[in-house]
Amino acid sequence: MSVPPPSSFSGVVMAKEVTVLVPRLLQTMVGGSEELRLDVGDGASVAQLLDVIGAQFPKFNRRLRDETGALRRFVNIYVDGDDVRRLDGLATQVAAGREVMIIQSVAGG
Amino acid sequence: MDDQPQDQPITTLLAVGTKKGLWLGTSIDRSNFTFTGPHFLMQEIPSIGIDTRGGKTRIMVGLRSEHWGPTVAHSDDFGATWQEPDHGAITFPADTAAALERVWQIQPDSADQPGVVWAGCEPISVWKSTDGGEHFELNRGLWDHPHRPEWGAGFGGAAAHTVLPSANDPGTIHVAMSTGGVYRSTDDGETWEARNKGITAYFMPDPLPEFGQCVHKIARDPNSSGTLYAQNHHGVYRTDDNADTWNSIADGLPTDFGFTILTHPSRSGTAWVVPIKADGERIPPEGQMAVHRTDDGGATWKRLADGLMEPDYNVVLRDAAAVDNAEPAGIYFGTRGGSVYASANEGEHFVEVLTHLPDVLCVRAAAVEL
Repeated sequence: MSVPPPSSFSGVVMAKEVTVLVPRLLQTMVGGSEELRLDVGDGASVAQLLDVIGAQFPKFNRRLRDETGALRRFVNIYVDGDDVRRLDGLATQVAAGREVMIIQSVAGG
Repeated sequence: MDDQPQDQPITTLLAVGTKKGLWLGTSIDRSNFTFTGPHFLMQEIPSIGIDTRGGKTRIMVGLRSEHWGPTVAHSDDFGATWQEPDHGAITFPADTAAALERVWQIQPDSADQPGVVWAGCEPISVWKSTDGGEHFELNRGLWDHPHRPEWGAGFGGAAAHTVLPSANDPGTIHVAMSTGGVYRSTDDGETWEARNKGITAYFMPDPLPEFGQCVHKIARDPNSSGTLYAQNHHGVYRTDDNADTWNSIADGLPTDFGFTILTHPSRSGTAWVVPIKADGERIPPEGQMAVHRTDDGGATWKRLADGLMEPDYNVVLRDAAAVDNAEPAGIYFGTRGGSVYASANEGEHFVEVLTHLPDVLCVRAAAVEL
């Protein structure tokens, strides 16, 4: 599993790919991409997706997870619209063709 | 052409960290500043270190986003660009099962320890960098201290908020934590001992415990390594025996509560505090902001308020005050109401140099070479 360079994106989701939508505030940390596509084969957990992305974009990974691997409190991840905290957390399995949305929660003052 | 050497005007860098960004100012008279900012808009800046060793200026900042977590960045060009290590400057080792919450202190060591920078963090931990603040290593002596399970959290979180290496006594380091009190190492951080004798903790069953005090800030005398000053959660103290014993120097102050304490960069016996009325009434006494300075080690205090706005019901947080390294010393502080004041004459007169900022969390200043 790897993250292809943005220039290779065709605009067409390949059969075994997952699309990861990147929040605007973090797009500079993934080379300016609004979305990343990962070939997950028969599927992968959210944590595995983040591991792969983080290997290429470590600053991006640190914004989402602390050094214990835990998802930061005010970062939300949805798989096809479902909050992973209501599923299996970062162990939630993501099958090919699904969409993973990363978004900051409404917080702060 | 006159080739007589001429005095170059000294430029002072003033860095102001707030709850929503960083402002950087420069001035040649320490009254009129030109600012840039906000840098890191919407990120909290609880710690700043200005490293001027070796004739270069590096600004290091602890950052924290409510969403994206904490990190450390540095700039070698006065904030024009910032660098952040890919894997983070401060990252807890896996075996600790801990995660960085906030960087409370970034403290360059002395000139004869080039590249050494200390950090104090939440959760309570001390870190040492030998590469100018780009990567830090956890101090295991304090992390594994047997007192750790009994250290508590103040309202702001459980943190080592002050780290004081000693220029005159290499290997000696004092750390202040809330809540836990003052700890001292005399072996360059290998081992640590609580050093709070004489400091009260009225909020505990034993008001004179070995540790557990809520120290808000400590500062070291510039010439006598064993003399330090402490502003506690009620209590202002001085030690002359390297923190073995502390004695109250609060007589003459309007109140013994406050968050910050500063010492002079070169003159012994001079320190500044900003009193707050009480734990249960956290405003300047009578709503009148004032700095108090001692020039005799705390025997007497002088109230300094010329130029400060009245009334003011905001407090000055523990790191929201700073002294520069010029002569006479410049004093700077910011309030939770977003005002920043500068004094070019040790507090005799203040000028408001910024106003209506977000809560000021950290202020640092230094004479720099542009």
